[in-house]
Amino acid sequence: MRPLLRRESVLPGFSLSLGVTSAFLGLLVLLPLAALAVKAASLGPAAFWATVTDARALAAYRLSFGASLAAAALNGLFGLLVAWVLVRYPFPGKRLVDALVDLPFALPTAVAGITLTTLYGPNGWIGRHLEPLGLKVAFTELGITVALTFIGLPFVVRTLQPVIEEMGTDAEEAAASLGAGRVQALWRVVLPTLLPAWLTGVTLALSRALGEYGSVVFIAGNMPMQTEIAPLLIMTRLEQYDYAGATAIALVMLFASLLLLLAIGTLQAWSVRRSLGEAAS
Amino acid sequence: MSIEVRDIHKRFGNHQALAGVSLKVETGSLVALLGPSGSGKTSLLRIIAGLERPDAGQVLFAGEDATRQDARHRRVGFVFQHYALFRHMNVFENVAFGLRVRGRATRPSEQDIQGRVRELLELVQLGWMADRYPSQLSGGQRQRVALARALAVEPRVLLLDEPFGALDARVRRQLRAWLRGLHDKIGLTSVFVTHDQEEALSLAHRVAVLNDGRIEQEGTPDDIARRPATPFVADFLQAEPVAICHAAQ
Amino acid sequence: MSAIVAARRAQPLTRAALSASEDSRPVRLALTAAALGFLGLFLFLPLVAVFTEALSKGGEAWVAAVSEPEARAALWLTLKVAALSVPLVTVFGVAAAWLIARFDFRGRRLLLALIDLPFAVSPVIAGLVFVLLFGRQGLFGPALAEHGVKVIFAVPGIVLATLFVTLPFVARELIPLLEAEGRDEEEAARTLGASGFQMFWRVTLPNIRFGLLYGVILANARAMGEFGAVSVVSGHIRGLTNTLPLHVEILYNEYRFQAAFAVASLLAFLAIGTLVAKALLERRIGGSR
Ligand SMILES: Nc1ncnc2c1ncn2[C@@H]1O[C@H](COP(=O)(O)OP(=O)(O)OP(=O)(O)O)[C@@H](O)[C@H]1O
Ligand SMILES: [Mg+2]
Repeated sequence: MRPLLRRESVLPGFSLSLGVTSAFLGLLVLLPLAALAVKAASLGPAAFWATVTDARALAAYRLSFGASLAAAALNGLFGLLVAWVLVRYPFPGKRLVDALVDLPFALPTAVAGITLTTLYGPNGWIGRHLEPLGLKVAFTELGITVALTFIGLPFVVRTLQPVIEEMGTDAEEAAASLGAGRVQALWRVVLPTLLPAWLTGVTLALSRALGEYGSVVFIAGNMPMQTEIAPLLIMTRLEQYDYAGATAIALVMLFASLLLLLAIGTLQAWSVRRSLGEAAS
Repeated sequence: MSIEVRDIHKRFGNHQALAGVSLKVETGSLVALLGPSGSGKTSLLRIIAGLERPDAGQVLFAGEDATRQDARHRRVGFVFQHYALFRHMNVFENVAFGLRVRGRATRPSEQDIQGRVRELLELVQLGWMADRYPSQLSGGQRQRVALARALAVEPRVLLLDEPFGALDARVRRQLRAWLRGLHDKIGLTSVFVTHDQEEALSLAHRVAVLNDGRIEQEGTPDDIARRPATPFVADFLQAEPVAICHAAQ
Repeated sequence: MSAIVAARRAQPLTRAALSASEDSRPVRLALTAAALGFLGLFLFLPLVAVFTEALSKGGEAWVAAVSEPEARAALWLTLKVAALSVPLVTVFGVAAAWLIARFDFRGRRLLLALIDLPFAVSPVIAGLVFVLLFGRQGLFGPALAEHGVKVIFAVPGIVLATLFVTLPFVARELIPLLEAEGRDEEEAARTLGASGFQMFWRVTLPNIRFGLLYGVILANARAMGEFGAVSVVSGHIRGLTNTLPLHVEILYNEYRFQAAFAVASLLAFLAIGTLVAKALLERRIGGSR
């Protein structure tokens, strides 16, 4: 049986690192999240249920999940394209483009938010050309989806890239040698190989999009029942000093995040198993 | 200095890696731990070095109990199977490491460190490589740097885990003869691990054959080769020459 | 092998031979163009737009916007918050990575999940939890008020929220790195007589230094750029609890667009610096493996 805490090791620092780690996690993560639970409990079940299911909250979840799913799907498509091109095709300036992919990670969300709003606004560089086509982006669900796509793109690209690199071209060549056409080879060999990583990336993007605030509030329009995302509703409740209401909605969103985290863990395990299995064969 | 282990037990999870191993190593002798993969050779060596704690049993240096002693105080020279050279230090600094980390009271002067390291590098015939980094060395050279590094702290015993395991056959033979010469010269009590019986029989004063966490037989190379005590030892010694013959044909 | 080479040679050179895993030139060009077009429109254009808008009224207006007292105070606070939180996150990251990568103990997987958790939590919730703890109606709010300590709507709250959102960065970088490097060198240092501190300082740290730096840079970028979590706890008191991102928001909501983008361009510089450092460090980390 494993000893309760440490496996004997000559390497020093077990107690010290355990102490530091637990102190940080306890004070910064567990205690605050416990406060969330305590506050929600103080509401009582009936009031809690009423708060998390009122029409405005439901509209906010619907929007948040809908836009996040749409953005994740877009990222699934374009992220795959970008990762494939970055790994497989040579073109000038590749390293620069590759570095640029991380921009949404590095650019503060507020900056992304005001910039996207300006670009897609009625007078913006892009919005100007879409308006005559009857496409309103800023201050609509479409704008929210654009911001969430921006924020989620690196997740898909960065999880796919190493897998495409590692995959090499052997399997495709084998498929071709067995008489498969190029499209068949891609559809039957390449895509299934990439599936676990692709799903992981899309789920990561989805998880990020669900909680995203900074890049969305500017472009969202923030009309209750129409363009108000769930994180903004939490914010609004807080500003009205309705702490219990904010907490209840936060708990719903946190629960969704945890489910996604669990899904990501499972997907990653699948991904690792898949690549180990391939290395062994 | 003599080494003795008494009735060592060690489990990893639910696998019994060592099941009651006792062994005496006389001062100045060179002993081989021989056995198939997974038989517990490395585990035993690491327990002697203090890199692993036994679940039960004792380790004695010169008759004194060292079982609870920290690895850093055992003054054991350990040569790792994959050398474990410090990647970010050049050869000189690797060898000097053990001297530089001593407390102020026992640390030699910079001049003495320089002298001592140069001397050791000469001993392992790498004096001209002091400024190179481990990644710029061949396997055999890394092996000798690892040895010089272990010797720098004037260890009381020397432990080597498959010292020639990662080398090609020719370098292996050269280094083997050289190690024997070195041992004859400095006379340091040494234990080395190998799963190559020829290596064990030709190099060591005494050989201990391990199987499945137990010592099957311990004796001179002659004893082991001529008078195998158990069917396992006989089998193990038989198996390989045949394989070698096949390979040679 | 030589048979394959011979077969390749035998193909007439005029027929541009496609290997089975290569796409035809038009497909390649079309996909590359689509990818680059998408990235140009989605990533590059916004970056250009930040600077164009920032300079839309000329260099002087830019200088004026970033040097007005409130902007300077915001910059100062942002630097202060990063200077307080990044070292703490670094200490946590090194300790957590050492613990996870070097020891096996019950609860290890749970701990690993907890380390990752802040990544999954919405920034707004990250701010909210500290309001619930330390706000006026919070669990510890009354006790703190009695002693005259202000956490929410003050700098300590901003630091706490920043710590929460940046907590995983350094640990996440170091754990795979330490696991890949193995423990041989550290054990060697121990048998050579090194103390725990000497081993860490002379062997472990030099081996992970680029990964550590990388994690610190990412944590710093997030610390300086965090908006949602900080927005909840800051109270937006001008000149006092306004960080750069919050200042951008205020300017923007006052329709002072050029000034907002001028301040935003400072943050965009930070992002570009981070990307450059990342690209450079990634090669170093890859090279040392
Ligand atoms: N840290 C560990 N955790 C779990 N099991 C271990 C550990 N170290 C060793 N073992 C197990 O203990 C047994 C003995 O291992 P050991 O390394 O001592 O064998 P060995 O004789 O050195 O083999 P080899 O010739 O392959 O190096 C093996 O079955 C191994 O899987
Ligand atoms: Mg071994």
